[in-house]
Amino acid sequence: MSSAMIDRILDAVIDTFYLVICSGLIGIALGIIMGVALYVTRENRIMAMPVLNRVISLIVNVGRSVPFIILMLALAPFTRWLVGSYIGTTAALVPLSIAAIPFVARLVEGALNEVPHGLIEAAESMGATPWQIITRVLLPEARGGLITAATITIIALIGYSAMAGAIGAGGLGAVAYNYGYSRYNPMVMLVTVLIMVIMVQGVQMLGDFFVHRSRHR
Amino acid sequence: MIRLENVTRVYGQGAKAVTALKDVNLEVAAGSITGVIGVSGAGKSTLIRCVNLLERPTRGRVFVAGQELTTMNKTELRKARHGIGMIFQHFNLLESRTVRGNIGLPLELIGTPRREIDQRIDELLELTGLNERASAYPAALSGGQKQRVAIARALASNPQALLCDEATSALDPQTTSAILALLRDINQRLGLTILLITHEMEVVRTICDQVALISGGALVETAPVGDFFTRPATEEGRVFLNDFLQLAPSNTLLQRMSDSSKDTGLPVVRLVFRGQALSSELMTHLEQHFGIRLRILQARVENIQGRTLGLMIAEFDGGRDTLGAAMDHLHTLDVQTEVLGHVQRHD
Repeated sequence: MSSAMIDRILDAVIDTFYLVICSGLIGIALGIIMGVALYVTRENRIMAMPVLNRVISLIVNVGRSVPFIILMLALAPFTRWLVGSYIGTTAALVPLSIAAIPFVARLVEGALNEVPHGLIEAAESMGATPWQIITRVLLPEARGGLITAATITIIALIGYSAMAGAIGAGGLGAVAYNYGYSRYNPMVMLVTVLIMVIMVQGVQMLGDFFVHRSRHR
Repeated sequence: MIRLENVTRVYGQGAKAVTALKDVNLEVAAGSITGVIGVSGAGKSTLIRCVNLLERPTRGRVFVAGQELTTMNKTELRKARHGIGMIFQHFNLLESRTVRGNIGLPLELIGTPRREIDQRIDELLELTGLNERASAYPAALSGGQKQRVAIARALASNPQALLCDEATSALDPQTTSAILALLRDINQRLGLTILLITHEMEVVRTICDQVALISGGALVETAPVGDFFTRPATEEGRVFLNDFLQLAPSNTLLQRMSDSSKDTGLPVVRLVFRGQALSSELMTHLEQHFGIRLRILQARVENIQGRTLGLMIAEFDGGRDTLGAAMDHLHTLDVQTEVLGHVQRHD
């Protein structure tokens, strides 16, 4: 492999990191908000608003049922409006983040569902406000589940970011496609795939480590 | 301190409606311990949750410390809840916080300064005997320790009333005793009013001043504990008491009774003494005046809030003709008698 190719791959690694970290942060932050909203607005919950709950739930389901490659193309006008272009690495952040939100929301809702109802009841008996219950009981108690959710999301985004290569996002996916596949360079294909496997493995291990540390048992 | 007026709680609507509480009236005096006892599904849990409005009564009014909770808005209610502690069967501690963190939680909620919180936590660790475990996480604690943390947490904001929802039901008998002793201690030291629900007569007997029996969502009997255990006023009360006081004839005795005839055998009598134990004077009296010797087959004596309750199964030997008069004499002494059967004389 030429040194130019090695540089290209290193640049791609940096692009992939950039894509995954930025869209991960945005997607996870907004996804947590949406997941909490899904949880608390359910019937008989601390901020029960069944109609709103159904609306959010529908949005999440729609978001999750559109394949990422389609979502990316469908969002092109919105992306251009937001960042000025629908091509390029930064432009790819928009569909990546948006795809992550409903994904995270469902995972967060699931993690919150695991918090025993008794804890919420105990907090209510102490006179906690709904906001205090969310910030002091629900989120801290669901920490393990939330870290797991973040881990799964980051890994999914590593996969999605490769697809984003199709709209010129750069990153390992683009290198694998342009040089490994189109120009039939099996070495490039192998190396890029290996790097992605290592990245996924690393994220998973990091996630497991933090989940383990968050469990006090 | 706590007063429920005609509290009714209905779940569901129309044909599917289930009435969990029916017109419950209950008054818990300041500084006293009241136990609500009943079988599973009788409405105990609903009742205690109606006191701090974790469940909103369908009808009726709830007063705590002179304030009516049922007319309050959310903000007022939250404020009132700071004055009502609650502990639970399954402790409901936050796994993500240490013992200190759990105890301090109610104070964080009301915005107490950190220094004061830490000071208060130290006091409560001392009170509940948890000094050693201050920085442990709940997962590392035993059931009894967890309930101590929950008690400390419930007391953090200096409440006037404490609600205990089956607080000892998940604990073994020794731990139960220790927790009950702690509750009694807190009640006496701090003058804290306690309302507890339980299905165990032992709990009521050990620490309660007043008992309320709940059955099918209605309070059927409310009485001082000493009265309830010696003289329940209702049939439901008697059933509950008999279950607790289990003094049933042994299998051997039942066998002997079934083998014997009424005409030739000696009567086997179950005696219930209230407020006094069987004295040797009484035994002597029965022998001298009625020619009856008591042979005790089974017996049990309980002390409930300073009052003695004795149960005995005895053979009445001799004085076939005077048996009726002897029974009458026992009745005048407030001893309840019941002839269970007859056995052949042992020779």
